[in-house]
Order: sequence, then C-alpha cells, then structure tokens
Amino acid sequence: MLEAKHFYYDATFEGLLTAVFKVFEYKLSTVILSKSTAAQEHLFLEAETVITDLEQSSRVWDGLCKKLSKNGTQMLYHVFLSEIEYSDQLILEFCIAIFQGKAIEFDVAHPITSQLLKIKKKVSRERHRMTAFVRFRLTKDHIYFASIEPDFNVLPLISSHFKKRYADQEWLIYDVKRHYGISYNLKEVSVVDFEFHNQLDVFKTSTDFFALEEIEFQTLWQSYFKSVTIASRKNLKLHTQHVPKRYWKYLSEKQQ
Amino acid sequence: MTFKRTLEKLEILADAAKYDVSCSSSGSNRQNKSKGLGDASSSGICHSYTEDGRCVSLLKILLTNYCIFDCAYCVTRKSNDVQRAAFKVEEVVDLTMNFYRRNYIEGLFLSSGIFKSADYTMERLVAVAKKLRLEHNFNGYIHLKSIPGASDELMREAGLYADRLSVNIEIPTENGLKLLAPDKNRADFIKPMQKVKDEIIQYKSEKKQIKSTPIYAPAGQSTQMIIGASGENDFQIMQTSNYFYKNFNLKRVYYSGYVPISYDSRLPQIGSQVPMLRENRLYQTDWLMRFYGFDVNEILNPLHQNLDLDIDPKLGWALRNLHEFPIDVNKASKRMLARIPGVGMQSVHKIIQARQYRLLNWEHLKKIGIAYNRAKYFIVCNSNQFEKRDLTADKIKGLILQNSKSKYTNMLSNQLSLF
Ligand code: SF4
Repeated sequence: MLEAKHFYYDATFEGLLTAVFKVFEYKLSTVILSKSTAAQEHLFLEAETVITDLEQSSRVWDGLCKKLSKNGTQMLYHVFLSEIEYSDQLILEFCIAIFQGKAIEFDVAHPITSQLLKIKKKVSRERHRMTAFVRFRLTKDHIYFASIEPDFNVLPLISSHFKKRYADQEWLIYDVKRHYGISYNLKEVSVVDFEFHNQLDVFKTSTDFFALEEIEFQTLWQSYFKSVTIASRKNLKLHTQHVPKRYWKYLSEKQQ
Repeated sequence: MTFKRTLEKLEILADAAKYDVSCSSSGSNRQNKSKGLGDASSSGICHSYTEDGRCVSLLKILLTNYCIFDCAYCVTRKSNDVQRAAFKVEEVVDLTMNFYRRNYIEGLFLSSGIFKSADYTMERLVAVAKKLRLEHNFNGYIHLKSIPGASDELMREAGLYADRLSVNIEIPTENGLKLLAPDKNRADFIKPMQKVKDEIIQYKSEKKQIKSTPIYAPAGQSTQMIIGASGENDFQIMQTSNYFYKNFNLKRVYYSGYVPISYDSRLPQIGSQVPMLRENRLYQTDWLMRFYGFDVNEILNPLHQNLDLDIDPKLGWALRNLHEFPIDVNKASKRMLARIPGVGMQSVHKIIQARQYRLLNWEHLKKIGIAYNRAKYFIVCNSNQFEKRDLTADKIKGLILQNSKSKYTNMLSNQLSLF
C-alpha cells in the first residue's frame, strides 16, 4: 500500500464517486479529499486532481446499491448535498469501508455511520421543510414561481415531490443562495441556471411581475392564517420552533 | 366586489372551525390521476403553524355557521350572538384549488353547522367534494365532517370522494351530552360512523376481488372529544376513546382542551385556563395504547382514575410497576424496551439495530437519543454504572423532577410537547 494521498475533485457527486474508484485502482489506504477551487490549488503540491469519469462513478454507485439498502445509498446522496465541510471525506471513508467488506451501514454507533446519519437527518429535515414552506406565486405569464434559500442544496431532493403534485401547472422553484432553479413545463422537470437582476427582491410580490389575483389569494391566505389562531392558547416560542424565523421571508402568511 | 365578500366569509368561517383540532392529512393512498392537481398519497405535511403552535395542513372551514342546534360548548350554537355566513359550493372549491396550487395546504377539511336538516347539510358537503374530484381532477386530501343523523346513502357517497370522514362525539359520556347538547343523542353520531365503518370493510373485501373498486375513505375515520367541559375524569375519557378505537376502527381520536366561549353556568367560565397539559397527557396515553403496546387499563383504571400532570403517563406506569425494572437494554424484548420511561419508539428500533453489533453502554444510548435523565433509573447496560440504590418510586420521581426542572415547570405553565 502507498502512503496517504491528497485528491482534488470537482465537487460533484460523480467526482466523489470517481475518487472512491481511484482509491481502489491505486490501492491507497488513506486519502484526503478537497474540492478544487483555485484558492487551495497551491496548498498541496503533491495533490492529484481526480478527473470525473462517469463510467467509473456509475460502477461505484452500482456497487454501493448492491451492498447497501436503499436508505443507505439515499443517505450518501443526502449527505453530499449538505455541502457541510468534510462531509465528502466522510462519504469517501464510508464507501471505502463498505467495499472492504465492513458491514457498518446499520452499525448506528459506529463513528462514521453515526456522523453520516446525523447529517442525513439534518438534510432530510430541510428537504421536508421545503416541501412545506415553498410558496408558489402566480406570475403574469401563468407560471407558479417560488423562491427559497435552503440551508442545504435540497432542490434535487424535492423535484419529484413537486412534479407528482403539481402536474397540471407550470412552476419554477428558485434557490436564491445557489443561483439555480428547477422548472416544470407540464411534461418534465429541468434544471435552470440563471441570476436575477441585483436590484430585484425576489421575495417581494410586485404587481409588475405577479398576477392581480395573486395578491388577492395572498390576502385571503393571510387572513385565514390569522383566523385559525386560538388566542388563549398562543405560544410564540413553540411557533418559532416549528417555523424558524429565517424561513419567514418566503412564507406568504408572514408578509404584511 | 366578490373578493371582499369572500374575505369576510373566510374570516367568519375559519374562525368558527378552528376549535376542531384535527389537522391530520396523512394516511391516504390517493395518487395523482391523469395529470390532475394534487397527490394525497404523500400528504401529512404541515405547511405552517398557527401562533399557538398547531399544524396548518388543511384549509379548515365551515360551509356555514348557521345552525339549528344549541350545543352549549359550541360557538356556532343557535343562541350565540355571532356574525353568520355561508359559502357557496363554488367558493369553497375555488379557495381550495387556489390555496393548493400555491402549496399552502394539503387539502380541505370541511365541516358545517347544521342548517335545515342533517341530510340537507351533508348533501352540500358532499357536493363540494364531488365537484373537486370530478370537475377539477383534484387529488389532494379531503376531510369531510359526517353530520350526525345523515342518511346511509349520503355517507356512502361522501366516502367515494373524501379521504377521511369524522363525527365528533365531543362529550365523552352520555350524561354529559344530555346536559350540554340536549338536541343531540349518541345514536345520531353512531349512525354515520357505523355506515362508514361497514363501507370501509366492504371496500377492502371487494378490492381483493375486483381491482377497479372505487376507493372509499382511504384515510378512515376519526373523532374528537372536548376535554374539561363536562367533568369527566381521564379514566372515563380513555375508556370512551378505547371503545371507539375498537368498535369503529378509528384512525385517530383527538382530544381538545375546552376553550371557554360562553358564560353558560353548565360550563367553565370565560377566562378559565385551557387544560393544555391535561390534553397533552391524554395524547401521550393515546400513543401508549396505539404504538407502545399498552392496554388502556394498565394506565387508567378504577384505582387510578386521573393522569399525573407532573410526569408523563409512561413514567407514571413505571413508577407503579417498579418490579418490572431494571431492564437490560442488551437483552430485553422490543415490548419491554418500549416500556422504559424516556425511550421513544425510534430509540427502541435503534437499540435493537445497534445491539447486533456491540453491547451498548451509556455513551451509545445517549447517542441513540434516549432521555438519559429519566431512563437511567430503569436500565442496566454494558457498564458497571447503574442505579444501585434501592430507591422508592417517590424518591425516583423526586430525582427526575429535580433534574429536569426547567422542562417540567415549563410544561406545567402551558408548554406542549409530546414525550
Ligand atoms: S350541531 Fe354542531 S355546529 Fe351546531 S351547535 Fe351543535 S356542535 Fe355547534
């Protein structure tokens, strides 16, 4: 076995899986992973850049699908989308252990597995929140538009949920933080990359872009939201625990 | 302007519906059909929370708050001086579709005051659901109230379009009902409930033979009881609850702490506290019955007729049954693990999974997420640290309350959380 090696990869899931492939191809024992951004390039001179190879990555993925339960592979993808520092390193080490035949997937007290599960839980919660907190607003050209700013990169995880549900309307969900969206054209969902003009506040429902009835339905919804609260049971602490303040800006019921 | 009028009606009819605590939108298997709107099979999402911390998942409104009855505990009662309004069928359909399209809701929960007669009212509720399903291809969740006394034919039709049906028994005992709702009798509640139960059974058996049998109320039936309006003790409440679960295959029984809304001398007066903590304890008991393998009599019985407010019912049970403990988490059956105070069902599953790989110690158990402060008195694990003193139930209770003081004092001052 060779000594520890440093890998750069392109920060894609396929790139990460390619890195797993390389570990076995070169019979490495320890590998340190970094995302290849220019700033880091000079830090580790002996580092190698992994060039993403779709064939190798899909071989790794197929292997994982055979060795792990559906929850297990799902966990890895969720953790990847967390974008949390070192999460890619954890995935890599988990995969190495799995391919070495260590059955750690269900060993919830194992140090790697337990960390992965913890991150997975956070990402799942965020995914779930987005299925709940997305608020579509009808634009003048009849597209139901929503802007969100999730803690993790969960758009890929909510796409099929929205496709199933909103099959008869055109919609677009835009991640303001990551500058891309998913859009549905009554047939399929596709990823769209674009940026809004700097001056535009995408969370505002301006009548320049949105349909007149949109404002009416928001008013109706806000009034509904007010009417259902039981004053003698008011509990704002519990309320913000369920709906943390950072999400309020995209909730129609929270706009004035 | 119709928007203004709709807005007014919505305020009145949402306000009147808010005392029904059911918000569940899960348990249906209705999928999106021919590219219509909605999918109830993945429901159960709370899209928002009210400022009192309750889930907002459905558009919950009354079709009308005109009512010919005079139930003392209800804001909609005939003798109450409130603004009245009535939605048209189209208005409810329009609101539901448009709220759903914006991802505000999982669907509609439609109830109503009784105007003219039970059937006349039920017919209109069914008309809304039917229009949503047949004309708008709406596949979101629909919960309809079954109006006490409604005919079998209407209940049959209702189940073809609704995912869930519910009749609120409201008052846990027949005597209480006689006192507070003299126009009503239990037989009227039971009639539609019985019909829906029979239809569900029939649907399930026909479905096995004929695949195309139209689905019938896939999310089943539920009911609600008001807590603290008519003097029942917890034993009576849970007996009633158990009776309805067993005899009508109910999916859920909801417990709603009575919110004082009138100066009627038969009821707690305006300004008296909503019994929220008691309500929470009843829910916990309900969960112990449904998910933790407890028989209702283990928790409430003639000798023990009320739940403790300062500790949860599982802890209460454990303290009365110290001879069952300590439990060895590395060996105990699933049933016994579920009985340890401070160990939820999720932790039970994790323990069973994790102990296949190694003997678990306190560190592992804490990682798994058990409530260590409560559980430690009832467990032994792979560690020589365990409670060696022979403590009495009172002593243990004292220690637990002492160490989790903030949480329990909060709970007693009206905070809510399940387990
Ligand atoms: S029949 Fe229903 S709506 Fe009418 S007063 Fe009684 S509980 Fe209220």
